[in-house]
Amino acid sequence: MSAVRAGDVALEHGGALPGQADEGGRSLRRLWRLKWGLVAAAIMLVIVVSAVAAPWLAPYSPVEVDIQHRLGPPAWMDGGKREHVLGTDQIGRDLFSRMIYGGRVSLLIGVAAVLVSSTIGVLLGLGAGYFGSRTDWIIMTLVNVMLTFPFVLLALAVIAVLGPSLVNMIIVLGVADWPLYARVIRAETMAIRERDFITAGRALGMSHVRIIFRQILPNLVSVIVVIATLQVARVIILESFLSFLGLGVQPPTPAWGNMLGEGRVYMLNSWWIAAFPGAAIFITTLAINLMGNALRDWLDPHMKL
Amino acid sequence: MRRYALRQFVQLLVVIVGISMLAFAILHVIGDPVLLLLPQNAGKEEYERYHKLLGLDKPLYVQYWKFASRAVQGDFGKSWYTNTPAFKLVTERMPPTLYLTSAGMVMALLISLPLGILAGLRRHSLIDNLCTMGAVAGQAMPIFWLGIMLIIIFAVRLKMLPASGYGTWEHFIMPAFTLGAFLAPITMRLVRSGVIEVMNMEYIKTARAKGVAEWRVVAKHAFRNACIPVITVLGLQFGQLLGGAIVTETVFAWPGVATLTVDSIRNQDFPVVQGAVVLLALIIVAINFVVDLLVGFIDPRIRVGA
Repeated sequence: MSAVRAGDVALEHGGALPGQADEGGRSLRRLWRLKWGLVAAAIMLVIVVSAVAAPWLAPYSPVEVDIQHRLGPPAWMDGGKREHVLGTDQIGRDLFSRMIYGGRVSLLIGVAAVLVSSTIGVLLGLGAGYFGSRTDWIIMTLVNVMLTFPFVLLALAVIAVLGPSLVNMIIVLGVADWPLYARVIRAETMAIRERDFITAGRALGMSHVRIIFRQILPNLVSVIVVIATLQVARVIILESFLSFLGLGVQPPTPAWGNMLGEGRVYMLNSWWIAAFPGAAIFITTLAINLMGNALRDWLDPHMKL
Repeated sequence: MRRYALRQFVQLLVVIVGISMLAFAILHVIGDPVLLLLPQNAGKEEYERYHKLLGLDKPLYVQYWKFASRAVQGDFGKSWYTNTPAFKLVTERMPPTLYLTSAGMVMALLISLPLGILAGLRRHSLIDNLCTMGAVAGQAMPIFWLGIMLIIIFAVRLKMLPASGYGTWEHFIMPAFTLGAFLAPITMRLVRSGVIEVMNMEYIKTARAKGVAEWRVVAKHAFRNACIPVITVLGLQFGQLLGGAIVTETVFAWPGVATLTVDSIRNQDFPVVQGAVVLLALIIVAINFVVDLLVGFIDPRIRVGA
């Protein structure tokens, strides 16, 4: 029934009511998570703004080579210069500027790929869940095949054949990532299909398409938003990994993944080249995940994801 | 049970056919093998000759049939790079990948079982909150970065462990931990919620009422029952684990199937890529099948439901 109300009671009694203390703990936890979600949203805002405003914020051009000052350590270390806060890379490019620019590619690919995958996944999930029987069987078999393939391997193989351009990356990551949406949306659709207002809609002579998009889809918006948010993080990690292997975003375009891959060669003496871009990926995906979790708790705490 | 097994088996076959089609499509539909095989300055006649030679002038279903009927016999053609049978190259590199995967699984359990049980028993305590935070951070961690940071700290700075390679038990520590860290967060959450659910069950109260010692209640009555969902999900997560192993291998230059695949992709050696993709996918399918059967065996409700 009402978890929040039970929680309020428990809170008034200092959480000491037996059997209800737990509920109180849960709503406290929700509050805590929402707080973290806000912190995460603030961090994401900074990342997004700095990526968008990179040309104005970055102190140097991300591709400006300065061989004389190559492999310069971060400012706070011995030999570090104040002009290069996070140091310079193997050909003297300013690491801080490259980090700011690097976010552009990751965020662009992350969001675009999620738009592709959620569109495919939601449409197929709706179809499978609503029509059932043979349509369902075909779509779910496709989902099973896709889920069986290790996501990484599939993306690797396809990128290798297609060649690594920005558009190809978005298509591949988008196409590889749809089965999750399809599975969740199918289950939700099947549950909604049995409700009375669908029967009423049919009785009124509404078409299948109208029922699906006007009556079912609006009920699924919060689920889709939550999955899509969480999947942006997953896509960013995968994009970075492909770029890290040299099969994704190609140098000299700065991307966190290819910076990490290039920096790996120099990790013996210049650890910062690899460490900072990786930290950027980690902070971004962490912030997105926290935001996604908070969003889920806020929209519907009983959502099963 | 027999009907359930049969149904799962039919689905298994369909999935296998699907996998073979996908592997075939990667090379023949999306790309053009002749363009990949020939040097860039090759003329049109040469192109035509190779096109015929590889049988690419035939309709797609003929080509697929040829590919599939050979693949069934473990024949994916010869490597374009080394001219040895592609499938043999792949199977030779299989053991290191399997060792790494098992070591990663063991490591993940070593981390997640104690923490998950503790977090589940002491719900909302400091330990529980720390574990939850750790799990959230762990799920966001790009493990290729984690691996590189481990190398920088333990191999470059502290000189305690070898940075990469394969052979002694010391080579296993960092890769296994990296892969373990990939799987541990989700496992820990499962163990935790499993323990919480089981501890609320009537039979736990019964056991306590009988005067069974608390550690025995946890170890025998709770743990065993909490294991079932964990085993199921772990089995079904095997594909994820192999995906993690691919990433881990490339970071630590581990001589497994994944590094072979990545190298082959770089060399545009597609028979090897196809062989590796199909073999890995088959392993995952087989494990999922066994897990499905086991679960259906343990829990009769699933047999009817699925």
